[in-house]
Amino acid sequence: MSVLADLDAHILDLAWAGVLYWLVLGFSAPLLQRWRGVLVHLVFPLSALGALFIAAVGVAGLALPPSAMVLPIGLPDLPFHLRLDALSAFFLALLGSAAFGITVYAAGYFRSMQAGPLALVGLWYHLFLAGMATVMLADDAYAFMVAWEVMALSSYFLVTTDHDVPEIRRAGFLYLLIAHVGAVSLLLTFGVLQGGHGAYTFDYMRHSEITPFWASAAYLLALFGFGAKAGLVPLHVWLPEAHPAAPSPVSALMSGVMLKTAVYGLLRVTFDLLDLRIGWWGTLTLALGLVTALYGVIFAAVQSDMKRLLAWSSIENIGILIAAFGLTLIFYTEGKGALAALSLTAMLYHAINHAFFKSLLFIGTGSVLHATGERRMGRLGGLIRFMPWTAWLTLIGALAIAGLPPLNGFVSEWLLLQAFLLTPGLTQPYLNMVIPVAAASVALAAALAAYVMVKYFGVIFLGRPRDPALEHAHEANWPERLGMLWLAAGCVALGLFPAQVIARIAPVVRHLTGQALANDGNWLLLAPLAAERASYAPLIFLAVILVVLLFTFIWVRRVYHGRVRHADPWDCGYPEQNPRTQDSAEGFGQPIRHIFVSFMRVERETPDPFDRHPHYRGDSRDKLWLLLYKPIADLVGWLSAQAGRLQHGRIQWYLTYSFVTLIVLLVFVSR
Amino acid sequence: MITGILLQIAQTLIAILLAPLLMGWVNQCRAWLQGRTAPPLTQPYRTLRKLFHKDAVIASNASPLFRFAPYLIFSCMVLAAGLVPTIANDLPFSPAADVIALVGILALARVFLALAAMDIGTSFGTLGARREMLVSFLAEPALLMVFFTASLISQSTELPHIVETLAQKKFAIYPSLAFAAVAFWMISVAENARIPVDNPTTHLELTMIHEAMVLEYSARHLALIEWAVALKLFTYSVLGIALFLPWGIAPRGDVAALPLALAAMVAKLAAGGAALSFMEAISAKVRLFRAPEFLGTAFLLAVLGMLTHFLLEV
Repeated sequence: MSVLADLDAHILDLAWAGVLYWLVLGFSAPLLQRWRGVLVHLVFPLSALGALFIAAVGVAGLALPPSAMVLPIGLPDLPFHLRLDALSAFFLALLGSAAFGITVYAAGYFRSMQAGPLALVGLWYHLFLAGMATVMLADDAYAFMVAWEVMALSSYFLVTTDHDVPEIRRAGFLYLLIAHVGAVSLLLTFGVLQGGHGAYTFDYMRHSEITPFWASAAYLLALFGFGAKAGLVPLHVWLPEAHPAAPSPVSALMSGVMLKTAVYGLLRVTFDLLDLRIGWWGTLTLALGLVTALYGVIFAAVQSDMKRLLAWSSIENIGILIAAFGLTLIFYTEGKGALAALSLTAMLYHAINHAFFKSLLFIGTGSVLHATGERRMGRLGGLIRFMPWTAWLTLIGALAIAGLPPLNGFVSEWLLLQAFLLTPGLTQPYLNMVIPVAAASVALAAALAAYVMVKYFGVIFLGRPRDPALEHAHEANWPERLGMLWLAAGCVALGLFPAQVIARIAPVVRHLTGQALANDGNWLLLAPLAAERASYAPLIFLAVILVVLLFTFIWVRRVYHGRVRHADPWDCGYPEQNPRTQDSAEGFGQPIRHIFVSFMRVERETPDPFDRHPHYRGDSRDKLWLLLYKPIADLVGWLSAQAGRLQHGRIQWYLTYSFVTLIVLLVFVSR
Repeated sequence: MITGILLQIAQTLIAILLAPLLMGWVNQCRAWLQGRTAPPLTQPYRTLRKLFHKDAVIASNASPLFRFAPYLIFSCMVLAAGLVPTIANDLPFSPAADVIALVGILALARVFLALAAMDIGTSFGTLGARREMLVSFLAEPALLMVFFTASLISQSTELPHIVETLAQKKFAIYPSLAFAAVAFWMISVAENARIPVDNPTTHLELTMIHEAMVLEYSARHLALIEWAVALKLFTYSVLGIALFLPWGIAPRGDVAALPLALAAMVAKLAAGGAALSFMEAISAKVRLFRAPEFLGTAFLLAVLGMLTHFLLEV
């Protein structure tokens, strides 16, 4: 018992040991370049164990009081402060549990890689993991920003793993640029929070008082900075470029886990470091989140590249998270603690759900990519026959992300919708107008997500192979299957045991909002408020479906028969049916494009009716890029062209510049 | 508790057994209104029996998902039908799933039907799947909004509680419920593949939505899907009754009121089915891209209903 109590006291040491373990693994990767077998068969499996350890520390840390420590590294007068409280522990658990599945998968995925690039990937991959974990542990602005930059830079190098492709270099540059614009904004946030005293520890910020004006400034800067990392519209443009460019396990880490660090930061700044919160912040954030959710899901529906589709879907999910965050703020500032606790629970639940199902879907694309070498959905099809493991596990992820019961996506959606239903009685009358519209938008985004996932799964895995080469697609290897299995099992478990999960994350909710969600039901029944108001029991739900299914099956077989004849599909009188007459990805998205065309710039090349080899291309692009980013880029380009006029490359001119500068300075000094 | 469980099982069985009858009644009414000789009321049962006896013909490239889907869809619809109070308001199973979960079950069935339609890889299957998802992405949130309006009035998302509150409240006109009722009617029409969104009797593949998805199914699989379709119509009908005409449903623990409740339900269903076929007879099917407008209207009406509740009734 005493050993266990001792472990409790050293929980932060354990977390930091996990981070160091990752760092050691990362820096050993380049040294092991000669022994490719060790790299492939040892480094990644060991790192997966580290992830499991971090997850265990996180889960254990949820129930423990905060602990802090100071490391003798960093600036002379500002060493690294680390702290593990319930909020950090929750996000560490999320990081560890999702990273475990992804890293197990990566052990199989990177097998085919050359030793040189593999060693580099091993380095950056572990720096990325360690950076994310340190972001969650940091307790002063300096450590936070250092970890934040390690995370941004290592993920930049991971994105540009295939740097010989020009588009990938371009995507990496865009990512780096927006990551740093965001980082500058975060620096300014901490600058505002330290209140002119030069005290950059979070502990100081927690206890300092700040005027409402500066609090709003800090909040808006934080929203901008973390929004840039999370992909909040209109700062989302890098996300559909950078996430698909990376190797699939890295895409999974970026979408599944890295986006959550932004959510973590927003929660940390708003509910922990700032000592006051103002009502309109919540409304603004709710609106931004809903716009992001709808924008993301509409664009996801018209994508034809499978990884890009998932990246847009991540934008949608971030939108839902941010909307739930805004709702929490609204309730909190209105003094409705119980409701704030409900919507915060929904948000945290959705964060961990998204970590599981989005990682699962992204690594699923990795197996498809390895088996077929194709990312365009219009060239895939019928893979459920050749890759049953990947297909069925991906199906679990797709159903979960579409918010279908009894999987996990439904639970968080259910909690969020319950939070909207409890709003009557808010003091601000305008909120009573906002809330129904917001609830409708969330419902619409969730319904469109189902459309997107039917398209995603149906076009890639169902139907007939659109290319004869797909008949030779091979199944994922064993570590890949295990990684997917872990994440899929997580989706099912999070869906079936919501009461247990909510009890686990109650300390986080209590820590931030002062109240926790009481479960009125028993271990089977999830009833966040009162059992007669709303309840949901996924296990019973699943049991009834399974019993009816089994009973129907036996009844049909017993009373009638199970005879089957196989035949060709019905051709509806058109004998010239071939795999290309199936719906393409563009075709499946066409109704959505038709309805929401005003958000998009559609580029189409339609074939000539007399063309013997017809070629069709349809591309729906983001209009915001043209409206917002292009003018800024043009302006920057113009400014640097003007500045370029000063540069001639001739020494005499530069000497003249120095001379004139000297004269001007002398005039100033002599006055 | 035991009467509760018995009632729960009895209501679910009633739903399963009566659903094809409702379908037969709607078809009969429609035949009369169109001046045709009507098929007998029991025609759907005969069709089901015939289909169950036939050998299943399955496309040679069908995956297991194709054969599994009909069973799952049927089970989902049974579960959905079992959640709605039809004759008694005593449903011990209802805490397991509230109205949001009910929408979830319907979505689960729909997604599997769409996936199964895409499995064979014929052009009409994917066409149907795409159109079905198009119709549903507007219908599903609209349905949620209708439920939200009802649950804001009754302070609960549990159907038995909603029905209890609405049935026992003294009669007053709720403007929000009026909006919700119109929206619900439009959604039911669209979700059950009726005119003006879809035509259940169409034989022209290019205009099909639901029928295009089940083109590849035959025999017992088709029978299960047809039965599930009948159950869906039944579920929507009793949902409409429970939300907007809840009078007559036996309250908790009142076994003596059951015969009357059964009679009331049959009468209401007969009237509802006649009204459905009448509306179908006087309207024409709209073009596919007018369907989003139709459903967009339903969605807006439902949101307006919720807004009205917030503005006028809180």
